[in-house]
Amino acid sequence: MTPTAATLARRRRLAGAGAVVRRRLLVAVPVLAATSVGMFVLGAASPIDPAQQYAGAAAFTTSEENLAQIRANWGVDDPLPVQYARWVGNLLRGDLGWSTSRHEPVADVLAARAGWTLLLVGAALALVLAASLLLGTVAAYRRGGWLDRAVRAGAYAVQSMPVFWLGLAAIAVFALALGWLPAGGLTDVTATGTEPADVARHLVLPVTVLAISQAPWFVLFVRDTVAESLRDDHVLAARARGLPGRTVLFGHALRTALLPFLTLVGTHLPELVGGAVLVETVFSLPGLGAVTVQAALGSDFPLLAATTLATTVVVLTANLLTDLAYAAADPRVRLDD
Amino acid sequence: MGTPLSTRAAILAVAALMATAGCSSPAATSSGAGGAGTIVVATAGEPDTLNPVLNYGVDGGSLIFDGLVTRDAGNRLVPALARELPTVSPDGRSVTATLREGVRFHDGSPLTAQDVVFTYQAVLDPKVDSTLRSDLDMLASVVAPDPSTVVFRLKYAYAPFLQRLTLGIVPAKALAGQDINQAGFNRKPVGTGPYRVTSWTPGDRLVLAANEAYWGGRPANSGVVVAFVADDNVRAQRMRAGEFDAAELAPKLASGFDRQAGYRVERVPTADYRGVMLPMGNPVTGDVAVRRALNAAVDRQAMVTGVLGGAGEPAHGPIPPSSEFATPSAAGPATADPAAATAALDAAGWRPGADGIRVRDGRPAAFTLMYPATDSLRKELALAVTADAKKIGIRITPEGLTWDAITPRMRTDALIMGYGTPYDPDFVSYKLFGSAFAGQGFFNPGSYRSPVVDKALQDGRDTADPAGRKAAYALFQQQLATDVPWVFLTYLKHTYVVKEAVAGVTPRVEPHEHDVANSLWWNIHTWTKAS
Repeated sequence: MTPTAATLARRRRLAGAGAVVRRRLLVAVPVLAATSVGMFVLGAASPIDPAQQYAGAAAFTTSEENLAQIRANWGVDDPLPVQYARWVGNLLRGDLGWSTSRHEPVADVLAARAGWTLLLVGAALALVLAASLLLGTVAAYRRGGWLDRAVRAGAYAVQSMPVFWLGLAAIAVFALALGWLPAGGLTDVTATGTEPADVARHLVLPVTVLAISQAPWFVLFVRDTVAESLRDDHVLAARARGLPGRTVLFGHALRTALLPFLTLVGTHLPELVGGAVLVETVFSLPGLGAVTVQAALGSDFPLLAATTLATTVVVLTANLLTDLAYAAADPRVRLDD
Repeated sequence: MGTPLSTRAAILAVAALMATAGCSSPAATSSGAGGAGTIVVATAGEPDTLNPVLNYGVDGGSLIFDGLVTRDAGNRLVPALARELPTVSPDGRSVTATLREGVRFHDGSPLTAQDVVFTYQAVLDPKVDSTLRSDLDMLASVVAPDPSTVVFRLKYAYAPFLQRLTLGIVPAKALAGQDINQAGFNRKPVGTGPYRVTSWTPGDRLVLAANEAYWGGRPANSGVVVAFVADDNVRAQRMRAGEFDAAELAPKLASGFDRQAGYRVERVPTADYRGVMLPMGNPVTGDVAVRRALNAAVDRQAMVTGVLGGAGEPAHGPIPPSSEFATPSAAGPATADPAAATAALDAAGWRPGADGIRVRDGRPAAFTLMYPATDSLRKELALAVTADAKKIGIRITPEGLTWDAITPRMRTDALIMGYGTPYDPDFVSYKLFGSAFAGQGFFNPGSYRSPVVDKALQDGRDTADPAGRKAAYALFQQQLATDVPWVFLTYLKHTYVVKEAVAGVTPRVEPHEHDVANSLWWNIHTWTKAS
């Protein structure tokens, strides 16, 4: 009968989930609208002429009349509200617009590149979570031991290294000196398609570098919270009851520490995406990073708005998932309040 | 207590991963280049589009397209899609080209005069976002009286018009009736050139396969891959890892390969100059004595050795020494001449002040020198000029800025600029030094005005006779050397690292712009690789 009771309790805890999701969706609409308006206002304040950016070095030979024709074709000289209304109108019809810096529909840019960035971020996040939970917990258990000291020293060292440098160092060691892994690109340069095995081999270094660069925060956080919860009453009680060390560590101490950790993951996601931009550059990966920078430099509103909105959606979703997970893990948190 | 949270989290993570992997399903696997006989090159610059109408490879060497004419290893015009060099009417306002017979596009359709007409009309169409329109100001219309003849009618005689016919020809059938700005053609184009496009993954690479039916003869290799690697250090590391057969690298990184077995370094002369634009609107740089003094004070040879690591040549004007229009007598010494510089300042009344900076009528000889902050080469040149100027009592304040901060200040603040093409002296200089373009954006930003230069530039454009043009540009170069609206510093050499196994590399003088098109691999269809 106990499992049924537990399931019932859990079901009751998540009873309000539907309402929460609906409420969050309602909040998301104004947040997204505000983000996109902010995007356009910032863009309007930018002194950069997108047509000049488009011309590149040809700006030396392109006449003002010629540039004006191009701006007129794009409608970028229209008043801001007109541009914004046009953008929203197209968005509602499912058209994300035309990227002036990439010369292709924004939807195509996202379709071709977002997958690679998500794959990189997702794999790195999974690696960071697994490694930091394991390392942090073990380090907390043997506080002051050699592993604990090594983890902490390593974390501080990594924290002080720029991602860019870490990437170049990884290439120097694993691609050049040892020749184990490719130095960059998504596939072998002469490959005729994107074979999963080939892509996986090319992603080992970037994913690992991104994971390592983001790991210090997580590892140190897990270590400290687990160390703290090891002194909590319920953990001490579990120990006193004679439960085995591993059960106490992972079943009680880590579980207590997991709750604030979930919050950390939710708030740290944007930083992970930021790191991905740099890693994509170092490893010549065709993700969203480089084009976002290019879009910002070229006053490419439609692409900037789309990438910003996509990031906002990801962050909002992550926050929602964090809250739901929180409710599932902590009996004291109720969703239907 | 049900499933442990960690297990559920893990399942969630795996599910998310699988979902994302699903989003990124492999780009269409296509046949084409691959395996032996494929040459892999790497470059930083990636084109925005592969459509010549939208400014891809307009000066030839585009690998995918051919123009009516092309350039040989000495940058001389030779016929390509035209059977022989087009003929110019006596009044210079009508140019007739006869097409080569039997040329086919990659899709098998035959090339006709209508394709040529379509290509040039597309450039002229204001609805098309082409910056090339500014270069074809003189073109009034283009017509095809019969399927193998094209006639260009010009608004005014334009002596170097044939130099504008290197533009790649696109098939009318593939683009007619479409919005050229957004056509799928721009990413997967069809041309007549030695290579057809297999795939282009922006940000990653461009895969080209040999056009077995190329009118100029079958390419010597089976295909080309152009890898786009924006970061210099990463490109160098991947070159060292053996991934590329040839790669463009910054001079200092390239020299690391000088003593490495299996590689050689190509240092290719260019028309790509760097210089200091001195605006007439600034009371200090507007004084010709200051400009002449600076011109004498800069040590160009030291810049070539120190800043460029030897990969360059001293520059004294906008026409490179390799050009037949270059006038060596207008060039000064390569090293600094501080005595001449101080004499010029003394004669003009700029007297040394208390802090070593010269003063005239209470105004110190000081000005700001802007450079684009992201360009480390221009920064180092700016610092070198600053140091040289200090020796003769002129205080320069170098300032690294973004372009949007630089452009509004170009009328009054000096700027390190760079550009240049080796093809015709008219191309850039007409707008850069002509008084009619004073203060118009990047054309003559310093508002330099000289009737002598105006006339010389106009004569160079109007005169069909080569000797007459040469005389006009000699006058132009001498007047520039007298007025010094710019202090020209150096011509760069573009540096490439090539594997020893690659044969057939023929460097030619390069313009400022070079990426897929117009780089060391302009003739890559004749390259072979020993395996």
